[in-house]
Amino acid sequence: MIRKFVFITVISLLLQTNFVFAGTEGSEDLSKSSEASAKECFEGVSRAMFKFNHALDKVIFKPVAKGYRALPAPIRKGTGNAVDNLRSLLTFSNNLLQGDLGRAGNTAARFGINTTAGILGIFDPATRMGFEDQGKEDFGQTLGAWGADSGCYFVLPILGPTTTRDAVGLVGNIFIDPVYQITHNTEIDNGVVGNSSYSEHNYYYYRGTGAVDFRAKNIESFESLEENSIDLYASLKSLYLQNRAKKIANSTSTVETQNDSDWEEIEN
Amino acid sequence: MKKNFFIIIFFLFSLTQKSYGYSSDPKQFITEIVDEAKKVLVDSNSKEFKTKKLSEMALKTVDIKGVAYYSIGKYRKNLNEDQLNEYLSLFEKYFLKSFTSRLTDYSDPKIDVIGTEVLNPKYTIVKSVLLATDKKPEVKIEWRVYTKNPDNPLIRDLIIEGLSLARTQKEEFASVIESNNGDITKLFDTLREFIAK
Repeated sequence: MIRKFVFITVISLLLQTNFVFAGTEGSEDLSKSSEASAKECFEGVSRAMFKFNHALDKVIFKPVAKGYRALPAPIRKGTGNAVDNLRSLLTFSNNLLQGDLGRAGNTAARFGINTTAGILGIFDPATRMGFEDQGKEDFGQTLGAWGADSGCYFVLPILGPTTTRDAVGLVGNIFIDPVYQITHNTEIDNGVVGNSSYSEHNYYYYRGTGAVDFRAKNIESFESLEENSIDLYASLKSLYLQNRAKKIANSTSTVETQNDSDWEEIEN
Repeated sequence: MKKNFFIIIFFLFSLTQKSYGYSSDPKQFITEIVDEAKKVLVDSNSKEFKTKKLSEMALKTVDIKGVAYYSIGKYRKNLNEDQLNEYLSLFEKYFLKSFTSRLTDYSDPKIDVIGTEVLNPKYTIVKSVLLATDKKPEVKIEWRVYTKNPDNPLIRDLIIEGLSLARTQKEEFASVIESNNGDITKLFDTLREFIAK
């Protein structure tokens, strides 16, 4: 029943997403301009949802993140590494779907080394061995890499900012995330691979820990943003869309991710 | 005669120097700013002192008028001269308050300037890294330096981990204007409120 619902949701969201299977040059144009902006579909609802999330953050997520921050640095570092190591399995699936075999090899090597020599990913010997972290991938990024337009921008309860494409990606992640599949798939649980230690709640512990680790690393940045924004909703929207464009382009180069034409107009 | 000769030499020498004493080489320019900021942001300095010194630095090294024009984007063409002057005045106060507020929370930052990328004759990107602490991860910071006048480079944007602060500000301004049915004076009111708080 749940699977059927998920399937229908994915299909309906896919239909809303404007797929533009652009050529190479087209993709570059997308990554520089339209990918870093998206029209609002239901701004009123999104702003209300944003307020709800913001209040929830103040009451729950920020205090939890502050508590986590009180842990000794090596424990936080090890926890963050272990979560990132598990998360790399989703990245690996998306590396393959994007046809990026070089990054897939790097992700697989990092996972193999960090899971064994790095003791279940707590340590990161792979980086010292030359296999540097090349960033996370998800199915929303894969859709972007395939040329899908971002569609509408909106805010989800608890999960925060997203676009139509990235919401499809969120659902798509379920199907291609090995950690989700191992912890949720009852056929596997009853068969050769699974056992009771792979139960569903472990997946949510892992995702929850990842969220707390991320929030704890960004306490000051978010406080600064709150203090210095004249429209926090618009600031976060801009940052979210810029970040997604950068990730889809798989680049940190300003030349590849920023559009210079905006700067040209001030000369006139 | 000797005195006049000295004055002429001094005058000619001063023409070859930039008015504020920063290098004209973008990488060196940013290195000098970072070094100066590090001295200001030591723990022993009061917040008021840090704010004052950082504001002075920003006035010398940031193209505040250029950033103001960029931030208001297409709406600039709708402003009359008085409104434009009012906007520029408000923007400068807003910018200095926002800029110094963001930085004064940093104590003894460790920033390495690592390289440059010339985009075109008007812009050079200077790359730097804010080194990790036990609480915060490493952060890549890129500085968009306006080099149209090669003797007097000015900062126009900070790009933090690939995210442009100027672009974020521009979209924020546009959002305020658009959510008030294009009434630009509402942006002025919002800026005034920010400056006053």
